[in-house]
Amino acid sequence: MEALIQNFFNAAILAQAWPYLLAGFWMTVKLCLVVIPLGLAGGLAVALVSRAASRPVRWAAVVYVDFFRAFPPLVLLMFIAFGLPFMKIDLGAFGAVALAFLLNTSSYYGEIFRAGIESVPRGQVEAARSTGLSARQTMTFVVIPQAVRNVIPDLIGNTLEVVKLTSLASVVALPELLYAARQAQSLTYNATPIVAAGVIYLVCLWPLVRLLSRYEHRQIAVR
Amino acid sequence: MEKLAETFFNVRVMAEYAPKIVEGFFLTVQLALVVVLTGIVAGLALAAVRSFRLTAVNLLIVVFVDVMRALPPLVLIILLYFALPSVGIKLSGFVSTWLALSMVLAAFAEEIFWAGILAVPRGQWEAARSTGLSALQTLAHVVLPQAVRLTIPPLTNRTIAVTKGTALGAVVAVGEILYQAQSGYSFSYNPSPLTLGAIAYLILFIPVVWFGRWVETRFAWKR
Repeated sequence: MEALIQNFFNAAILAQAWPYLLAGFWMTVKLCLVVIPLGLAGGLAVALVSRAASRPVRWAAVVYVDFFRAFPPLVLLMFIAFGLPFMKIDLGAFGAVALAFLLNTSSYYGEIFRAGIESVPRGQVEAARSTGLSARQTMTFVVIPQAVRNVIPDLIGNTLEVVKLTSLASVVALPELLYAARQAQSLTYNATPIVAAGVIYLVCLWPLVRLLSRYEHRQIAVR
Repeated sequence: MEKLAETFFNVRVMAEYAPKIVEGFFLTVQLALVVVLTGIVAGLALAAVRSFRLTAVNLLIVVFVDVMRALPPLVLIILLYFALPSVGIKLSGFVSTWLALSMVLAAFAEEIFWAGILAVPRGQWEAARSTGLSALQTLAHVVLPQAVRLTIPPLTNRTIAVTKGTALGAVVAVGEILYQAQSGYSFSYNPSPLTLGAIAYLILFIPVVWFGRWVETRFAWKR
């Protein structure tokens, strides 16, 4: 018990590591603030493209989605972070992470938005068009607002996954929460910083998990 | 163009590291299979236990599930691999990754199975019990067969997502595809092994993604 506290919940070590962890935490927040809006916008674009009139364009969207869903995100990240510099494209760690996650998350968000758009009854579009709205106006003011509401649980679920995904950035030495924790651990030879990072993730994400599981139960119960 | 091929598709480098990547490929498959097996079995067991509605036990299950859903898998793997040795528990990279991913999958699977069990009408329980089936028999022969059908699409998608997490094993020196690709890259200072690794992942996961799509339409819910 003594050893457990000494190694995992060491207050002295925690006090020492806290500034690093805090800096890492803010980097994680910053990363989320960049990656989530990018992913949402990219996903919406993918969903709209996958509803295009031309068949080759629709196919391109399907290929995009399947391609990036088949790649483990860490593989994509390493490829971009280590491969692109060889082409004289240096995005830096933050840029590489943002690009890799944009490609990965936009394909997931894209599938969600597509399901949402498909869940809006055809009559809605017809009614909107017959009142004189243009196709674009119909999409913007009639279809998308309803589509988004229908898939809110999935959007929250995927956003939770994206936040957890940001921990991969530690592998390409972006100083976010997990990276800071590992640095602190190797400097102090003590696991407390990693445990603390885990607790920080837990405290931030637990409300989202609760909300989600409430949504999920309601969803299946309705079916 | 010449330079691009030389850099990313360098035949000499690829030939040198291809055997390693193939080795990694089979390790990835092994790791994925054991994770899927233990994760789903454990998830089903947890959901079954939860259906007996013992308050204290259920509370523990909910806490476990919430923690596993809120923590990034990479944090879990690093905790198991780097933190446990300080209390005298040494796990190999393979075991750490397997254990972490199994727990994550078990948590998600439990939630999905539990939602499925809840979706089976209460009357089914009562009818089965009144014909003389025991609680266990009711669960095994009446409730679970109906519940499992409901859960197949979400479970398939979640399982695919978790198996892609096997790439995280690279961080704790499990010799799977990404690890081999990355070490090939750092030995040769040429990203061709990464390209090869990416191709290996596509070969492995494109069929899996397609299978997931097929399952989704096959078991689709007609509202």
